[in-house]
Amino acid sequence: MSDKKTITFALMDPPYENARSTTALRLINIAAQRGYNVNVFAYEGAVGLPFTKQSPHPNAVHGHDADEEDHPLPHVWIEAIAASAEAAGGKLDWINCGLCVDERGVHEALDFVRRGSPADLWQWAESSDNTLVIPTK
Amino acid sequence: MALKVLNIVESAYRATLEEQDDTILWTTTAMRGAGADVDVLLRGNAVNYGVRGQDASGLQFGERKQTHPPRLDNDVKRLIDKGAKVYVLTDDAADRGLEPTDLVDGLEPISRSNIGKLCADYDQIWHW
Repeated sequence: MSDKKTITFALMDPPYENARSTTALRLINIAAQRGYNVNVFAYEGAVGLPFTKQSPHPNAVHGHDADEEDHPLPHVWIEAIAASAEAAGGKLDWINCGLCVDERGVHEALDFVRRGSPADLWQWAESSDNTLVIPTK
Repeated sequence: MALKVLNIVESAYRATLEEQDDTILWTTTAMRGAGADVDVLLRGNAVNYGVRGQDASGLQFGERKQTHPPRLDNDVKRLIDKGAKVYVLTDDAADRGLEPTDLVDGLEPISRSNIGKLCADYDQIWHW
């Protein structure tokens, strides 16, 4: 195994439901900024995280138009994490569970997101320094 | 050395009617089919997955009858038959009034006090 660390994450939560999704992306971001190779296997609702049809919206309660509100979009965060990983000499690799995508109809994803299966998670786990599962509850 | 993983399933009945199975039992079965050395520990409400004869059929919305309900006891048995060890936490089963005779054959009982020793037999623990 090379000196470069590789860590695999398995995520399950959909966007906009609870703090675990943001916490997971924080952890992934830290690993990316350290130059690690980071693998993410998105399972079930997590396949919605890199869905590119997420759209910003205004917020009348805040008194903001869409630009002022700058509403968080997980697919934008993930794209930024991928750029950070590359700048730090690492790589963010992301696989969406294909069947999970099909049943949710969230086929439009970031360009680097690939379609896969639990077999991919296992192959990543075998070739990584460690694997962290962040399941839904 | 080949990786050995214990999947601890605790979140139970999460969308099992929509998914027609428990997604972690499913992914465990799929990974084993790909050659993975992965076993399962059922704890919390997931101990109920081992109860034989459970029936989730009958879902109907309007005229739309949903066929193929989840068969979680069958899914547990399938894993066992395919060579996986499926442990059930006896403390959690007892808390829910389950007797050993309520459970499918082949489940391996383990007490809470022995979970640490069990985990030591695996390279990684994935807690779902």
